[in-house]
Amino acid sequence: MDKLTRNLAIGLALLIIIAPIGLIAAGTAYGEWESDELKDKIGYVPPGFEELSELWHAPLKDYNIPNGPSFEDSKPVASAGYILSAVIGGLVGGGLLYLIGKKVAKD
Amino acid sequence: MHIPDGYLGPHTYIAFWIIMIPIWYHAGNKLTAELKSRQVPLLALAAAFSFVIMMFNVPIPGGSTGHAVGGGIISIVIGPWASLIAISVTLVLQALIFGDGGITAIATNCFNMGLVVSFVAYYTYKLISGNSVITSYTRIIAAAIAGWLSLTVASLCAGFELGIQPILEHTAEGVPLYMPYSLSVTVPAMVLEHALAFSILEAVITAIIFAYIQRTDTSVFYGEKSEVEMNKMKREVIA
Repeated sequence: MDKLTRNLAIGLALLIIIAPIGLIAAGTAYGEWESDELKDKIGYVPPGFEELSELWHAPLKDYNIPNGPSFEDSKPVASAGYILSAVIGGLVGGGLLYLIGKKVAKD
Repeated sequence: MHIPDGYLGPHTYIAFWIIMIPIWYHAGNKLTAELKSRQVPLLALAAAFSFVIMMFNVPIPGGSTGHAVGGGIISIVIGPWASLIAISVTLVLQALIFGDGGITAIATNCFNMGLVVSFVAYYTYKLISGNSVITSYTRIIAAAIAGWLSLTVASLCAGFELGIQPILEHTAEGVPLYMPYSLSVTVPAMVLEHALAFSILEAVITAIIFAYIQRTDTSVFYGEKSEVEMNKMKREVIA
């Protein structure tokens, strides 16, 4: 690994460690409200939304351990889940592309 | 900008699958044709970086949050096609494992944050850079503007996709089936919060990483020649 790649990887590792900073922002991104938030806003849950939004239940929803506490309920546990999620996402995504890259790359 | 399941009706999300499948196929061919062994670690880092940088939620007044995508610097370093693939892999993982962005909306989210971000960033950077030397300050400014514009245009796309839902998908009585807000609400909401906040973060990230790589090894930038290749070309010219 050359120096640049190594330093970028170190930078990324540091970002992962401080990732829980991203949990401090408590609000929901525009257009990403859960059905109860949407109901609070407009007074009803759109029928198509109600059906589709239940389509998939992600194992590590909200970058947290399964059934893990929210950041408000337990900052340490939620932060650990967040860092773990960053490690998993980074390793799986990076690993997949490394394997694909090795397979197709030319010199 | 990760549109969840339930916000887009089938007309929209199916259309984006139809648009994205051939584009992914083409991107795969491009990657196979162009990728060099020394770029492989950077490609892997790009996917991991975009995943992690999207976890840095930034609050803005009014209670909303958002984040950078990292596509600006990624497309400048590994090229827009590889960037599309790296960010798409990230978005698929986010949807499947972490519930960030819908399953039905994967293609739409890859269109916005993968395709639009990568290509707007790359060509804005190229256009502003012009013939400036790779080590110039002009390039840092070009990278920053590329980062800002790429995320802002992507937010315009997302705002448009959300805002057309009440027109496309409603009951016989006119009740919206999916995203209830119309274009006049969704477009300004999405574009303003990005243009004034999240895209600025994207610009800063793009500029900082660009400047670092610029000072370390310019040959890793997409389309730039390495020293070995430059010397070889010089020798060929002299011969």
